[in-house]
Amino acid sequence: MHMADALLSPAVGGTMWAVSAGMIAYSSAKIRTGLDEKKVPLMGVLGAFLFAAQMINFTIPATGSSGHLGGGLLLAILLGPHAAFLTIASVLIVQAMFFADGGLLALGCNIFNMGFVTAYLVYPLVYRKILGRDPNQGRMALAIMVSAIVGLQLGPFGVVLETHFSGISELPFKTFLLLMQPIHLPIGIVEGLVTLAVVSFVYKARPEILQAALDAHPIGLHPVRNVLLSFLAAAIVTGGIVSWYASENPDGLEWAIARVTGKDDLQEPGKGVYSMMAAIQQSTAFLPDYSFRKTASGERPEIIKQNPASGKVGTSISGILGALITLVIVFVTGFVLRRRPAT
Amino acid sequence: MGIDESFRGLRLLDQLAFGETAVHRLDPRAKVLVTLIYVVTVISFGKYDLSALIPFFIFPAVMISVGKLPAGFVTRKILLLSPFVLMVGIFNPIFDRETLVRIGPIGISGGWISCTSIVVRTMLTLGAALILVGVTGLPAICSALEKMGMPRVLAVQILFLYRYLFVLAEESGRVSKAREMRSFGRRGLGMQTFSSLVGHLLLRTWQRAERVHMAMLARGFNGEFHTRKEFDFGLRDLLFLFGWTALFISLRFWNLSQFLGDLLTGIFS
Repeated sequence: MHMADALLSPAVGGTMWAVSAGMIAYSSAKIRTGLDEKKVPLMGVLGAFLFAAQMINFTIPATGSSGHLGGGLLLAILLGPHAAFLTIASVLIVQAMFFADGGLLALGCNIFNMGFVTAYLVYPLVYRKILGRDPNQGRMALAIMVSAIVGLQLGPFGVVLETHFSGISELPFKTFLLLMQPIHLPIGIVEGLVTLAVVSFVYKARPEILQAALDAHPIGLHPVRNVLLSFLAAAIVTGGIVSWYASENPDGLEWAIARVTGKDDLQEPGKGVYSMMAAIQQSTAFLPDYSFRKTASGERPEIIKQNPASGKVGTSISGILGALITLVIVFVTGFVLRRRPAT
Repeated sequence: MGIDESFRGLRLLDQLAFGETAVHRLDPRAKVLVTLIYVVTVISFGKYDLSALIPFFIFPAVMISVGKLPAGFVTRKILLLSPFVLMVGIFNPIFDRETLVRIGPIGISGGWISCTSIVVRTMLTLGAALILVGVTGLPAICSALEKMGMPRVLAVQILFLYRYLFVLAEESGRVSKAREMRSFGRRGLGMQTFSSLVGHLLLRTWQRAERVHMAMLARGFNGEFHTRKEFDFGLRDLLFLFGWTALFISLRFWNLSQFLGDLLTGIFS
């Protein structure tokens, strides 16, 4: 479930970008210093494998619909947290660019929701904890199932939080939560079953791969704690900076507009009808006492009288009209540029 | 979306980056920066802003035309809106029923405006990402990001992924087609076949990675990737960067659609 640019506010998107960039720097440093270099091509090729595997569908029993592998947990099991995090991040980056999944600003959110949650929360705190010190098949099955379900509850929860704090969607927090979490329960179960089947296959064919992954990252409290602490620090710092700016001036750009147009408080979304109406009027109005619009509203009394805030109809009609004209101009520009001889 | 179709899209998008137009020749850093500024500007509008977003279609239109990208392909890709965004967006008219705009007898609620705004944002932001790839190419974007501070390990990782994406996508396409041809209707498309299929693919991939690594070591790989073109940031790139940025900022503060509309209604009334 990819978070999308269209549902994000700059503050939330920027914060999540900063957090994810910090995590990428951390895991890159870990890989450069700690791991055997053999893993670098392996990570790249496994990232490509994840794409290839996601292209193959299977039918989900009892429903008749089809699904595909998510694969984040599989990578974490095979590669360990740091390498898996970077691989998932690279997959998401390529998806954002080539498949238009989510978008560029939402990358921060997506890397967090899928990469960080899987590699740095679910893998060390759920999977390794259940697996314990001497893993066996039964424990592994349980660990994979629980991890997949937990991961696919936490990820969508992140989406809900990010959407909520961005405030573009009108969905109430609770409704959205009740919509997202139950949908992802069966998805998590299916993901767990498929991951388990693939891991058992690999275990039967080449057990040393899984053994190497387990040996490479012995469970100690330190790495997890370091990661959590650094994440917490990053979140507090970036969140603090962003919210400070946000409280100082609701939105840097809004504030600048207020300065430019000489008005304060352009928009207060969600604070009653009046302010919303005022918001849309002000945000669509170019210079409030613009003479053209006054004429327009004067000439159309039959429309105007339905509206308490006078002049709005004129702006809305001219807004729609203007948007159409702008679109035409855009198309013509594109067309003219296209017909131009090659440079 | 079937394997064939998504794979063909990938191929086509990859090929587009080999174009030789004025935008293709620009420094990738300039293009990455302009795209990021564009996306942030579009996102920064309030949720009821709709008319002010329309002038922003100028950026994709100009880039598609000057970069000679296939307009139909890009438009189709953008119009394939993510179902998740649509699902979330469609709730806006349900929860936000206050009438904001009235045109004669028809009242338009704030929810419909913000829902349309979400759709327009999706088209603008996703289009920007696709266009960036189409006029730059992933390897060049990667080296640009690396010069701008992305860790080397991630850059190498993305380049590796990209190199083997085509190889493995072809392989999985073959495997998947073979399975479909052997399973009439339903049998054999279930999870059991899938997991052993993917398991085999994984093991082959793993062995391939080992061979690749050895081959690379034999050729003296030291963690450095060399791209085909070397770029240097020139006056042309600076103009591109500042020109677009100035346009985005002025369109952010000044509603062009509204201005044109006011002008027209003023003339005719």
